[in-house]
Amino acid sequence: MLVGGYRDPRARETPEKARRCRADQGMKVLIIGSGPIVIGQAAEFDYAGTQACRALREEGVETVLVNSNPATIMTDAGVADVTYIEPLTVDVLERIIAKERPDGLLPTLGGQTGLNLAVALAEAGVLERYGVRLLGTPLRAIQQAEDREAFKQLLISIGEPVPESITARNVDDATVFAERIGFPLVIRPAFTLGGTGGGFAHDSDSLRAVAQRGISASPIGQVLVERSLIGWKEIEYEVMRDGADTCITVCNMENLDPMGIHTGDSIVVAPSQTLTDKEYQMLRSAALRIIRALGIEGGCNIQFALDPERSPVSDAEAQVPYYVIEVNPRVSRSSALASKATGYPIARVAAKIAIGKRLDEIPNAVTKKTTAAFEPALDYVVTKIPRWPFDKFAGADRTLGTQMKATGEVMAIDRTFEASLQKALRSLEVKGQGLLWEAPAWVEVTDPKAFIARFLTGSATDDRLWRVFAALRRGATVDDVHMETRIDRWFLRKMSSIVRFAEDELQGKTPTPDLLRRAKRLGFADSDIATLVGMLAADVRRLRVQWGIRPVYKMVDTCAAEFEAVTPYFYSTFEQENEAAPLLGEKAVIIGSGPIRIGQGIEFDCCCVQAASSLRELGVAPIMVNSNPETVSTDFDASARLYFDPLDEESIASVLENEGSDRGGKSDTQVLTQFGGQTALNVAEKIAGIGGRIVGTSADAIALAEDRRRFHDLADALGIPQPPGGTAASLSEALAIANEIGYPVLVRPSYVLGGRGMEIVYAPEDLERYFHAALEAGTGRVLVDKYLRGKEVEVDAVSDGIDTLVAGIMEHIERAGVHSGDSYAVYPAQNLLPAERRRIVELTAQIAKALPVRGLLNIQFIVEEGRVWVLEVNPRSSRTVPFLTKVTGVPLVRLAVAISLGSTLATEGYVRDEGIWPDQPLVALKAPVFSMAKLLDVDTYLGPEMKSTGEVMGVDRSFPPALWKSLVAAGLAPMPSGDVLVTVADKDKEEVVPIIEGFHWLGYDLVATRGTAALVRSLGIDVREVGKLSEGADEILKVIRSGRCAAVVNTPTLGKTVDRDGFLIRRAAVEARVPCLTSLDTALAVVQALRASAVSYDVAPLADYRSPERATAAE
Amino acid sequence: MPGSAKHKRADGRVLAERQLHLYSSATYSYAPMSRAAVLGLEDGSAWWGEAFGDAASASGEVVFNTAMTGYQEIASDASYNGQIVVLTYPLIGNYGTFDRASESRRPWVEALVVREIETTCRDDTLDLDAYLRQYGVPGIAGVDTRALVRRLRAKGTLRGALLQVPPHLAHDPGVAQEAVAKARASAPLQAKPLVVESTGLGRQVGTQTYWSAKQGPLPLGPKVALLDTGVKENQVRCLVRRGATVKVFPATVSARDVLSWSPDGIVITNGPGDPAAIPQIAQNVRLLLDAALQRGASRPLPILGICLGHQLVGRAIGATTSRLPFGHHGANHPVKDLRTGRVVITSQNHEFQVDESSIPADSDFVVSARNLNDGSVEGLAHTLLPIRTYQYHPEGAPGPRDNEAVFDAFLDDVRSAVERR
Repeated sequence: MLVGGYRDPRARETPEKARRCRADQGMKVLIIGSGPIVIGQAAEFDYAGTQACRALREEGVETVLVNSNPATIMTDAGVADVTYIEPLTVDVLERIIAKERPDGLLPTLGGQTGLNLAVALAEAGVLERYGVRLLGTPLRAIQQAEDREAFKQLLISIGEPVPESITARNVDDATVFAERIGFPLVIRPAFTLGGTGGGFAHDSDSLRAVAQRGISASPIGQVLVERSLIGWKEIEYEVMRDGADTCITVCNMENLDPMGIHTGDSIVVAPSQTLTDKEYQMLRSAALRIIRALGIEGGCNIQFALDPERSPVSDAEAQVPYYVIEVNPRVSRSSALASKATGYPIARVAAKIAIGKRLDEIPNAVTKKTTAAFEPALDYVVTKIPRWPFDKFAGADRTLGTQMKATGEVMAIDRTFEASLQKALRSLEVKGQGLLWEAPAWVEVTDPKAFIARFLTGSATDDRLWRVFAALRRGATVDDVHMETRIDRWFLRKMSSIVRFAEDELQGKTPTPDLLRRAKRLGFADSDIATLVGMLAADVRRLRVQWGIRPVYKMVDTCAAEFEAVTPYFYSTFEQENEAAPLLGEKAVIIGSGPIRIGQGIEFDCCCVQAASSLRELGVAPIMVNSNPETVSTDFDASARLYFDPLDEESIASVLENEGSDRGGKSDTQVLTQFGGQTALNVAEKIAGIGGRIVGTSADAIALAEDRRRFHDLADALGIPQPPGGTAASLSEALAIANEIGYPVLVRPSYVLGGRGMEIVYAPEDLERYFHAALEAGTGRVLVDKYLRGKEVEVDAVSDGIDTLVAGIMEHIERAGVHSGDSYAVYPAQNLLPAERRRIVELTAQIAKALPVRGLLNIQFIVEEGRVWVLEVNPRSSRTVPFLTKVTGVPLVRLAVAISLGSTLATEGYVRDEGIWPDQPLVALKAPVFSMAKLLDVDTYLGPEMKSTGEVMGVDRSFPPALWKSLVAAGLAPMPSGDVLVTVADKDKEEVVPIIEGFHWLGYDLVATRGTAALVRSLGIDVREVGKLSEGADEILKVIRSGRCAAVVNTPTLGKTVDRDGFLIRRAAVEARVPCLTSLDTALAVVQALRASAVSYDVAPLADYRSPERATAAE
Repeated sequence: MPGSAKHKRADGRVLAERQLHLYSSATYSYAPMSRAAVLGLEDGSAWWGEAFGDAASASGEVVFNTAMTGYQEIASDASYNGQIVVLTYPLIGNYGTFDRASESRRPWVEALVVREIETTCRDDTLDLDAYLRQYGVPGIAGVDTRALVRRLRAKGTLRGALLQVPPHLAHDPGVAQEAVAKARASAPLQAKPLVVESTGLGRQVGTQTYWSAKQGPLPLGPKVALLDTGVKENQVRCLVRRGATVKVFPATVSARDVLSWSPDGIVITNGPGDPAAIPQIAQNVRLLLDAALQRGASRPLPILGICLGHQLVGRAIGATTSRLPFGHHGANHPVKDLRTGRVVITSQNHEFQVDESSIPADSDFVVSARNLNDGSVEGLAHTLLPIRTYQYHPEGAPGPRDNEAVFDAFLDDVRSAVERR
């Protein structure tokens, strides 16, 4: 796909380099990152890659890192020796290898992406050509673990039980197998992320459908059809092995949701709770046999299914009660969880093993006394709950199965399961969805049997935990719930004890010291206790403090207190002894960003980590509070102290109180709230309310910017232009406003997050429909603004309230109306007039001064016909801060931290007369990446609601190659020839002309529906006309699925009325992995990039792009 | 008195005892307490909690075990005779108790100290509370076990005493003082006849022979004599599973009686207490070792020593033994095999160690394995003869099964010795 063919002529001359590769000084290792955040492959690989780079540098190894995702800590300056932010393709990697000539390649830290690329590089002969050795996991092991059939044969050869299965390349093979084995069966596609495209089949009809989907999802067109083990216990082991064949298990984990739900979508506890020692050791031994058979040097994740019906009383030697389900010969999401759950840094140790270190030669960084050759002992219970994106995608299919759907996860630690589970629930940050939450439809069903029949039978959904609580609340027995969910009775009994305590002990009772203490030990949040006893949460808290019922903090030390540990990693619990004496000296608490979700991704974690290191540089001890086990911020050495706790008022108040316990429990420790995204901002006011000392932009300034009405008034007073509009409390008011300003209008609830509930409305009847829906959702007031179709522009700036520095201006390729998080953004802005540019900088400075901002500020503007309008102001770190920091070199977070602590831009030397940092001699694009293939029934068109899960960056010296790189990195680059299907709404017909002409010029064959086809013909271009789906023809879907469809250009019909055709076309494109362009702006950019792709491009370390002289000198 | 409560139970007074039980399984944890308990330590600290198990009081050394599973295996390990065991994993009793997980005929711990006891379990198992009650063993739950362990780690093993009182006396300073006084008055480990109490694998008096049913009705495999100083039954299972015919001799047997059975190999097992406190048994081990040394390489008599057995062999060759600050108790101890360089994760339970510097240079014994955490001796091997000892538990239970290779190696030695005859 890329312009290939570049071969280093010297490549064959130094094969001895391969043999020279040893674990010694002067070794150079290439690390492949995992690229953008998508469902199934998230922040855990930033954590893994960052640890690995640091671990290797400690050993004197030179590291070269390649990743396409700029919103990562691993790509920050100083983590690796050389950092490339380039697309992750074989061609790009070959160029980098030719340039850098690494001795080894570490493929196991970049998730499935890294592993697949390593295999592709090896198979293409690139590694051999350049004498690059694959470190850690041997190629054979990767291939064996990934190819289902090879894996099965390997397991059978070492006597490990595998479920009966066949590999099918077509539906008929699957059907024949089903006739022999029976149902239920599970279908898993080979080589896909998080089991994408798989599913269960209960009869031959569903088998045909699922098998077909799986075969097309697999890059090698292969699915595994096997006996379903639905309802069996699902147990995972994290195993490490070194070159001396020493094997250890770091941790085992038990899925609360038994087999049938992807482990990424399951509630998981560590260690296992219901396994006897015999079972624990049986599976542990099996795990060790498997890692030895694969010959992995590093880490490995192994999943087992264990028969839940088998009695532990029966003889151990009887028929085997388990099956091996899956092996990941690499660092994985589970290993990140295991690292955080135990304190054992798996990625770090795996990296050291890969360069030849032995486990007993690697010190245990937690105890500093023992080595990595041991197995952690936990003296607490860890619970992980996935975070799903269904609050964003209300219409999506919410059932859980073998295809992972969660975007992120939370983890909680406590000394009992009840408390651990409740704390994890609090960490989820789903608004209003605490322990006691019930869906409106459940409330009227009070009979337990009826409730189970209606809401707990059939496929599990993301809210199953609440359904189980609701059933138990209605008096359903543990057995009743077990029969439907197959959740082990042990877990259900614990959940039942939570419900019984709430119902029998708390509901309507008057709190006593004893009652409160017992409730807190069971993990009840102050707010839940308050609801149950009929008080305010603040009153419950006051009583607790009065009665001395405070949490203590215990250490995660890998060894159950057997050895003295130096790790600063703590969790709260209601026990006797507090191990976390307040940190001495100047310190500041950083409020983290919680679970990764759409609208609040890894970017914010990145900012938090940068904030921590900036504090360290300033001699201030950083204290991190966060609940996300995947990220770098919760690594035990990212800060001076880590509190792994929920990010709610109660938990932060307790942390502040603990840190002030040497000053009489004062809560006045400095708190930084501007880095943890909306999560941190949401608690700012509450922190201020309990006497917390927010440094940087004040809680009041935040509230001023957040409250659209207040901000509107401020803007009016200052003469800051905003799109005309108003706030409507009723439909008639809304219609009046719209009438006055003219359609189209942009409507949204007055308090919004990530564009939720935002819509562009073109006619009064649509406004009416929107308003009714909004009232139903209880959003209250609605903002009605003029929808301006101008260029959308975004800045990130830092201010001390007097001076302001704009780090850079980014221009969105898609016009206003597409959520900024889903837009392509280009730095520096390509189409701004000098006057517009000056105006943007001026407005930014004016707003920063008015609020006032002390720290970071993100503003979105619309530029239309020379006029600049302010669209949105966020007085905090934004999604684009890591991107802009990398491309401009302006240390935004560091400056914000310094200013928060009292410094000024002038002191830091960052005041510029122009108010903006000079444009760098590069062009960088930030491109959104979606996970739509994982989420069925979600419409993929771009709109005001954010849908992307991650981002990539394309950078080069000019716009065309940078754009092309970003498309390639985002997986949106069409193949070089084939069909382009164009079907657009009538309003877009005029605008689509250059796109049609462009694709034609590039040699693509055009396919279109009737209206668009007429347009194409009128341009004198050949077109193949296909019927509309609504007219009963499915030819259009066949075109998309034909394998020669290069791109689909489809815009939604107006007004959001039922657009079934468009929806089906877009879904078909996503599922067939055909780039689907729903914004004509993106489509036009793609055409431009395709034209430019004939131009050769170069790869270079990011730092070189910013300093052209150096790059030139090097060449 | 040590062990008095449980011995009482052996004579059939279970029914009377059961009537005394105030403890009942509740619908949820943290139900109002039915019996309070306090653990007093000799350092003066008192740890209040909720009683479970038998209503008896107890005293002994307080040690902690860090294994996350296997509470029943731990409780029934005779090496814990005379000790109160703190389990660091906070949730105990999750999967009940069942015969196959018992490492001997009864629980031997003086008492269990846990954060939370689960009293409901699956139908085909017996809950831990009831299991302990059956044998007169008390327990205390609700304790900040991590704080307790941190104290034991810092101060070394301490003596403790457990008292039970009605709930209204909970947190009564007088009761706490009484517990502390009782802890201070309790006899040290060395003074107790622990091995003698815990020897004898079977329920009947006398020696027992075990072999695998797979071999048929007659014992045909190589003959292994097992000197039971408090054996964990899984050692016997591991040997039998590998085809050995195992005869279990009580610790008090004479060496002559053992040798007169003409064993093909000898196993000296684990057991409670201080090896220096049992000179008679040590003398027997010395005689067995002499027999093996005398037979030399031409007619070898393989010997395998495990835990206390390892320490007894150490003392028999003239080395000394000493106390570790707080012992090794857990399923995660890394041990480096000094010959292969490979590290194995082992199950451990011991207070004493063989002092490396005291191993006589002319003994022909070398240190074969070392603990990675504190460098202590984990194995001895004779340079010429198949005599090998291990401080850790190759039979796991609880703990890793990876070290069962020790039994393979031993039986290989035994079989080749048989072939050479």
